[in-house]
Amino acid sequence: MAAKTKFEIKLGAATREAFGRVLVELGRENKDIVVCDADLSKSTMTVYFAKEFPERFVSLGIAEANMTAVGAGLALADKIPFVSSFSAFAMNKGFEQLRVCAAYPFVNLKVVGTHSGISIGEDGPSQMSIEEIGLACSLPGFVVISPADEAATKALVRAAAAHVGPVFIRTGRPKAPTVYGGDQRFEIGKAIEVAAGRDVTIIANGLLVAQALLAADVLEGEGISARVVDMHTAKPLDRETIARAAAETRAIVVAEEHLVDGGLGVRVAQVVAETRPCAMEFVGIRNTYAESGQPDELMDKYGLVARDVAAAARRVVGRKS
Amino acid sequence: MPKSIEELKITAKRIRREIIEMIGAAKSGHPGGSLSAVEIVVELYFNRLRIDPKNPKWVDRDRFILSKGHAAPVLYAAMAEAGYADTPLDQLNTLRKLGSVYQGHPDMRFIPSLEASTGSLGEGLSLALGMGIAARLDGRASRTYAMMGDGEVQEGQIWEAAMAGAFHKLDNVVAIVDYNRIQLDGFVHDIMEVAPLAEKWRAFGWHTIEIDGHDFAAIEKAFDEAEATKGKPTCIVAHTIKGKGVSFMENNPKFHGTAPTADEVKLALQELQ
Ligand SMILES: Cc1ncc(C[n+]2csc(CCOP(=O)(O)OP(=O)(O)O)c2C)c(N)n1
Ligand SMILES: [Mg+2]
Repeated sequence: MAAKTKFEIKLGAATREAFGRVLVELGRENKDIVVCDADLSKSTMTVYFAKEFPERFVSLGIAEANMTAVGAGLALADKIPFVSSFSAFAMNKGFEQLRVCAAYPFVNLKVVGTHSGISIGEDGPSQMSIEEIGLACSLPGFVVISPADEAATKALVRAAAAHVGPVFIRTGRPKAPTVYGGDQRFEIGKAIEVAAGRDVTIIANGLLVAQALLAADVLEGEGISARVVDMHTAKPLDRETIARAAAETRAIVVAEEHLVDGGLGVRVAQVVAETRPCAMEFVGIRNTYAESGQPDELMDKYGLVARDVAAAARRVVGRKS
Repeated sequence: MPKSIEELKITAKRIRREIIEMIGAAKSGHPGGSLSAVEIVVELYFNRLRIDPKNPKWVDRDRFILSKGHAAPVLYAAMAEAGYADTPLDQLNTLRKLGSVYQGHPDMRFIPSLEASTGSLGEGLSLALGMGIAARLDGRASRTYAMMGDGEVQEGQIWEAAMAGAFHKLDNVVAIVDYNRIQLDGFVHDIMEVAPLAEKWRAFGWHTIEIDGHDFAAIEKAFDEAEATKGKPTCIVAHTIKGKGVSFMENNPKFHGTAPTADEVKLALQELQ
């Protein structure tokens, strides 16, 4: 059997940058796209949309709760609104409005959080969002997406615009390693097997997909065959892919740049428990806020790099029954 | 002992230099809103607050909350100069580095002498009201000051706090708005107009004073007037210049959240001789 080609880190655009770019394309294609901003357009990259479509760009100031409900109002009046801020502010300051103005009446609102996770670096915990997958997934009817790279972001933002119903998309600040070639297709709720494997399945999202691929190469050298699945949609989960991984590899690691409490991991574990229970391990942030530092240093310190994913995979393989 | 305006000006200049050096060394951070707040923060820490840096948890102390937490460098430099044990002067240039007590935004886990962890805009005035209510319940003379940005007051929570502060007649609380007319994405009037600002605070029931926020005499007079005002809280609307003291940063939205380059640090320090 030919040796697998090793995964190499090649940085593409940040997922927030990809979001900003595809939003302009969507704006050209559909005049109903409206973008709302809370004094962060130069950071969320909605500034590109603002430049090309000033009349469809609504500046709302540093007032995220109001912005979220204004977005819901636009949707109720048949627009396709994208509201955007740092994830920490979009989700936390806007949560009540997401619940009552978007989820409960099932409104066609799109919320894009940027600067997610701890890889924002120096600004520190007040700007770092590590709870929002749990919060977003707690909202009935919401679709919740955490893309891995530039191509995934562009395709999934498009899918979100086409989807009817509330969507939350989680994007990041730093340049993201390229995971996908140009021919990959993306569908909401359909996970992607990015590496084949038999002994363990690593399910990841966001920046952890690239780390999982690096870990799989290390494990391969140790004789452990690791399957890697990009679970870009945290809600609705791809239950079939999870059940198949549980049945076929009998060991699962879930890796995410998020608190393990309420994150992708516990959601996957629920499906595993309901289908084919097997040993599981979780890579994520444990019961703490992070701190200021360079993104790479923080990912290393808080246990979110390939080393940690590989260690979890070894542990879970050791626990296989 | 009260400080002379000359002494305060010297301290202000030193703190401006420290702000530039810290943010320059960090290569990230928020110079503009740190520089616009210097005179007010210097007046508070060196002439106004009843504090004892050797005994930071003294129960009867006055408290200052930097609600606009991104201006952390001005607070760090002031606390370091004031001599708090957990804000070492010789570590200011570790700002934003892994392990530094000088986190990107004020973080009580690293500096217990801080009165609050801030960074998510809109929350500090509410914290100040809670502290003001506690002081009144305990019969303490302690006063609480909260500084907000002019972009920050776009948050709805500020106006909920404004209503509550007047309703509860919290004359031991002082709100300060650093009215520098610039926020993150540009000029306040282009993002979300907040004018007429003083009229808004008055309408919400606050004793409101408009001053030049770089004039020590005016700042002192306003704080005196706030202290003499009974039965209602005071809001000081301080007209300031974002980036004050460094010519190429003044009124320049770019320096809201952009660190100066090494060359720009040199230029700025020359101007601040
Ligand atoms: C709730 C919240 N939304 C957004 C931000 C991002 N942010 C940081 S500073 C800033 C602009 C603040 O402007 P202003 O209050 O005028 O501060 P100053 O001019 O004094 O720096 C923004 C939007 C934040 N920290 N908190
Ligand atoms: Mg301002």
